[in-house]
Amino acid sequence: MILIQQILFVLVLGVTAWLVYRRASLIARTIRLGRAEDRTDQPARRMSTMLRVAFGQKKMFDRPVVGLLHFVVYAGFLLINIEVLEIVLDGILGQHRIFAPVLGDFYLVLIGFFEILALGVLLACVLFLVRRWIMKVDRLQAASHREMRGWPELDASVILLLEIVLMMAILTMNAADSALQMRGSAHYPLTGNFLISQALIPLFTGWSEGSLIAFERTAWWLHILGIFGFAVYVTYSKHLHIALAFPNTYFARLIPRGTMQNMPEITSEVQTMLGIATEGSTEPLPVPERFGAKDVQDLSWKNLMDAYSCTECGRCTSACPANLTGKLLSPRKIMMDTRDRLEDVGRNMQQNGGQLVDDGKSLLGDYILDEELLACTSCNACVEECPILINPLDIILQLRRYRVMDEAQAPASWNAMFQNLETNQAPWKFSPADRFNWAADRQQ
Amino acid sequence: MSDNALKIPTMAEMAANNEMPEVLFWVGCAGSFDDRYKKVTLAFTKILDQVGIRFAVLGTEESCTGDPARRAGNEFTFQMLALGNIQVLNMYGVKKIVTACPHCFNTLKNEYPALGGHYEVVHHSTFLQGLINEGRLGLQGGGAFKGKKITFHDSCYLGRANDIYEAPRQVLETLDAELVEMKRCKTKGLCCGAGGGQMFKEPEPGRKDVNIERVEEAIATGASTIAVACPFCMVMMSDGVKNKEKEDQIRVYDLAELLIAQQDS
Repeated sequence: MILIQQILFVLVLGVTAWLVYRRASLIARTIRLGRAEDRTDQPARRMSTMLRVAFGQKKMFDRPVVGLLHFVVYAGFLLINIEVLEIVLDGILGQHRIFAPVLGDFYLVLIGFFEILALGVLLACVLFLVRRWIMKVDRLQAASHREMRGWPELDASVILLLEIVLMMAILTMNAADSALQMRGSAHYPLTGNFLISQALIPLFTGWSEGSLIAFERTAWWLHILGIFGFAVYVTYSKHLHIALAFPNTYFARLIPRGTMQNMPEITSEVQTMLGIATEGSTEPLPVPERFGAKDVQDLSWKNLMDAYSCTECGRCTSACPANLTGKLLSPRKIMMDTRDRLEDVGRNMQQNGGQLVDDGKSLLGDYILDEELLACTSCNACVEECPILINPLDIILQLRRYRVMDEAQAPASWNAMFQNLETNQAPWKFSPADRFNWAADRQQ
Repeated sequence: MSDNALKIPTMAEMAANNEMPEVLFWVGCAGSFDDRYKKVTLAFTKILDQVGIRFAVLGTEESCTGDPARRAGNEFTFQMLALGNIQVLNMYGVKKIVTACPHCFNTLKNEYPALGGHYEVVHHSTFLQGLINEGRLGLQGGGAFKGKKITFHDSCYLGRANDIYEAPRQVLETLDAELVEMKRCKTKGLCCGAGGGQMFKEPEPGRKDVNIERVEEAIATGASTIAVACPFCMVMMSDGVKNKEKEDQIRVYDLAELLIAQQDS
């Protein structure tokens, strides 16, 4: 019986690992479709950003209550994984609580600590559902945010429910284990009662040893299969931030937020136009296939990692002046559209032997509309809000570049502004000769 | 003051006399052409004169930094203007620039280096803060703002874009007024609605205009003065106040104007 369980366990573990690996490599491949961009400078500063923002969750505490609840779930997730290690070893080796004899009394303390975390995670997830379903926190509602309709809304609830089920499985499994220990059941060596789950032991009074063992085994399998299922599910879900938040904050921009990236391929052309001699190399850079970004491949790999890292919390959208005043733009939707498009491209590659076959679609036009791009004030509120340093503005501005430079599609008033800039060196229709007239006013 | 002292020196004149100013005052398009913001330009030059800073302007040799073109997506026009400006600035050997426009400030400071323009660039709020800290500028006159409520509206290109939140507030503190913050301020400050090229187009369809949302927040503080440090914010906040028919109770002023108004009281 134990051997069958062992074989089954190793099989499930292997399948899980293979599914996660296959999915992770597809995600990595699609991220690499993005434009090259060096984000490896200043490693010490990058490491410290990652430690503060991802590991220490600094920005989550901008909203202290949610920040604390999230921290409980995060800490629970990180630390309870140590117990999962024990479960995996037990499963492979056909043992039961393999760490107990090694750690002695400390084992009881450790499991007690895990149980506190498990209870904390359970309560936090319940409160998160209350916020979504009962308090109806606006940024999380599909009714007021169109990008949340359907799968994204369901995805969020599935994750929270799954976490609640997993935590209940841990606690009841431990309680059943204690009940079996008290009866001196053969495979359940005495460890002592666990801190939280001992309160659940009375639930099992009057149960036969057989049904207790069956329950304990079921809870054990439910817990570990739940975790394996979760590991696979996460790679398809918005919940991928649990892994990508770390590299995403490490590779975040370190320059002032106001800076827009230069386009050197344009510089040489403009220099030639203005008759400015270029220093050093006189070879003009090759003219790129397109200016700005029309599709995901035109964006940088970091923009694409941003898209996979987004967990759709909507802090960006709730701070966006355009969204707040009823415009079509939602920075969260920009990230979700980028990811959706990337997923399409990934499926396309899978179906065509790793090659991307043109499907006649693009991020701009089929996912993100002009009206959304045009509503942005470039105020950086969305960038400031993101707890894991995602930058929706960078994508918006690259898409604008494509629309205006490649397709020459700009609102008429912008075209007038461009024309004024080119002829009068000012965005308004004033003569450049009058630029210094203000000084005359001073003498009046 | 003599007529001579009122004259604004240009870089061209200075260069002709083999002189170099301490700082170049970058006036910007709004500061040069917009009737309302010209008053800010004049107030700031008045302060520079008072404290005896040797400054100069480019005059007709200045062009737009290119910020609105770049944010709207037109990199060609941006680079044409930027490379032109850099040619002029480098020709004069300019080292330090001060400007009263956060958009010019951001572009000159953060975006010109990639195109060969390397200068020390300061926004006038930081510059004024420096003068106050050095004791060269402080409370004079009757304290016209004593006990009055002032609220400061953060410009996105000063605040989030460049992490400058304290300098303008320190300048306002010298007015001896009661500084009240809006609900959304500093890193969480709400945009006036004009950045990213919005200044030069109609807003996209929506429930309300961004500047109205912001002005409502400013009104809620009970302040009689909205202080700004950006020409675009100046337009948007003034329009918002007008829209709410509050122009008799609430005035919108730039930091430099407030310092001058306090002296004159």
